[in-house]
Amino acid sequence: MFISINQLNKQFLDKNDQPTTVLKDIELDIEKGEFVSILGPSGCGKSTLLSIVAGLTSATNGEILVEDKKITKPGKDRGMVFQEAALFPWINVIENVMFPLKKEMSKQEATAQAKKYLQMVQLSNYLEHYPHELSGGMQQRVSIARALAMDPEILLMDEPFGALDEQTRTRLHGQLEEIWIKTKKTVLFVTHSISESIKLSDRIIVMGTRPGTILTDIKVDIPRPRREHKEDMLELEEHVMSYLKKEIDKVVSEELNHETSH
Amino acid sequence: MKPAIKRIIFIVILVGLWELGSRLGLWTELILPSPTSVFTALYHGFADKTLIWDLIASFRRLAIGLTLALIIGTSIGILIAKSKTADDTIGSMLLALQSVPSIVWLPLAIMWFGLNDKAVIFVVILGGTFVMALNIRTGIKNVSPLYIRAAQTMGSKGIDLFIRVIFPASIPYVVTGSRLAWAFAWRALMAGELLSTGPGLGYTLSYASDFGNMSLVIGVIIIIGIIGSIVDQLIFQRIEKSVANRWGL
Repeated sequence: MFISINQLNKQFLDKNDQPTTVLKDIELDIEKGEFVSILGPSGCGKSTLLSIVAGLTSATNGEILVEDKKITKPGKDRGMVFQEAALFPWINVIENVMFPLKKEMSKQEATAQAKKYLQMVQLSNYLEHYPHELSGGMQQRVSIARALAMDPEILLMDEPFGALDEQTRTRLHGQLEEIWIKTKKTVLFVTHSISESIKLSDRIIVMGTRPGTILTDIKVDIPRPRREHKEDMLELEEHVMSYLKKEIDKVVSEELNHETSH
Repeated sequence: MKPAIKRIIFIVILVGLWELGSRLGLWTELILPSPTSVFTALYHGFADKTLIWDLIASFRRLAIGLTLALIIGTSIGILIAKSKTADDTIGSMLLALQSVPSIVWLPLAIMWFGLNDKAVIFVVILGGTFVMALNIRTGIKNVSPLYIRAAQTMGSKGIDLFIRVIFPASIPYVVTGSRLAWAFAWRALMAGELLSTGPGLGYTLSYASDFGNMSLVIGVIIIIGIIGSIVDQLIFQRIEKSVANRWGL
């Protein structure tokens, strides 16, 4: 197995120093080249799970193996795209994409590599622009190019299109799908949008909340391009919703209880 | 009407009223010399080059003092941002030191270095260092964790992370710190020169005052004000604005 997550648990200490379980007994195996969505309501720990795979957060117990090697810290084999583009405002677009390449290649090689991936996200005309001169969608494309430029085996995406408007998001879905087909990366894609996960992924991991657990693992068998199979997508959407409905109700009723108890 | 035009009209009216009052004899030349006398005094000062030498001498002290203040301030700022112990000890002391006007160190500085350039430069350094250090600390502590996490996923850590991400991310605070350090250093310089030896703008001011040359006193005050506002508005505010724009603040 390419990525294997074994008996992973994560606890935080809350305000009163009481341990709260964010992730409970997560078991997940992912094949090389798979596009896997992690879907769940807010607070289910899906972003925490991704952050642990990235090596930015440590697990309380359990382990994550990538090609049988245990993950303990961040590494260039795992590129990450955050919800906010996280570009560095003091350098221009191409320098941002070259950021991870500085140490291991000559300037020429790095420039060529950066240009290649900026072309892939169709931003070749914006090499000298600074991040503040780009729209949110363009910034996010630069950050995808930046993650791809270091040629990671795995691409981790934490609600990368969550802050964008609908049209931009739809366009970027198309671009991301193309890039994934072209580069054959293994993608872990965190989202709270059911339709987004159905549109993009091979598998959808549905997570429940408090504590965060895996509810079900759904294989998406709709042929690509999926926009030609609207009905199948709608049908699957309802199937996924049946799992999520309970979870969302749980969150809502908890919030209401919280409100009335004050 | 443009603000610049409003300002010019305001100054013209102010100087006009001042001249009128002097002409009408509302006050004597000794209490408040007329704009014409001030202008004449400045003209003579520049014609015989004394004011030019004063400017050169003052700027030399400022350049040395401010450069050292920025370097020392940045170093202390990085230290207290990175080390909790240093912050708990040196950091809390800086706040106290910052509230002491740096000119009060001059008597000590004169004892240590003598009545010369070094003593003045010392108070200029003290004037700029603390505010720079405090701003650098705030800047480094306020670097968005997102930048750091993003850089970590790209294999950056330790000193590389500091040089390529944390320090550049705090540039807006470096600029603000420098502007405040300049403002404090400039005031410390003038105060130090007033009480010290020449040449220098502050020294010429106190010298003119000793000889009852009030026209020159006002002339030098005007020069000090003009230089201060030029550096602040034309240089620092512009840099601050363009940095804030690019950093998306």
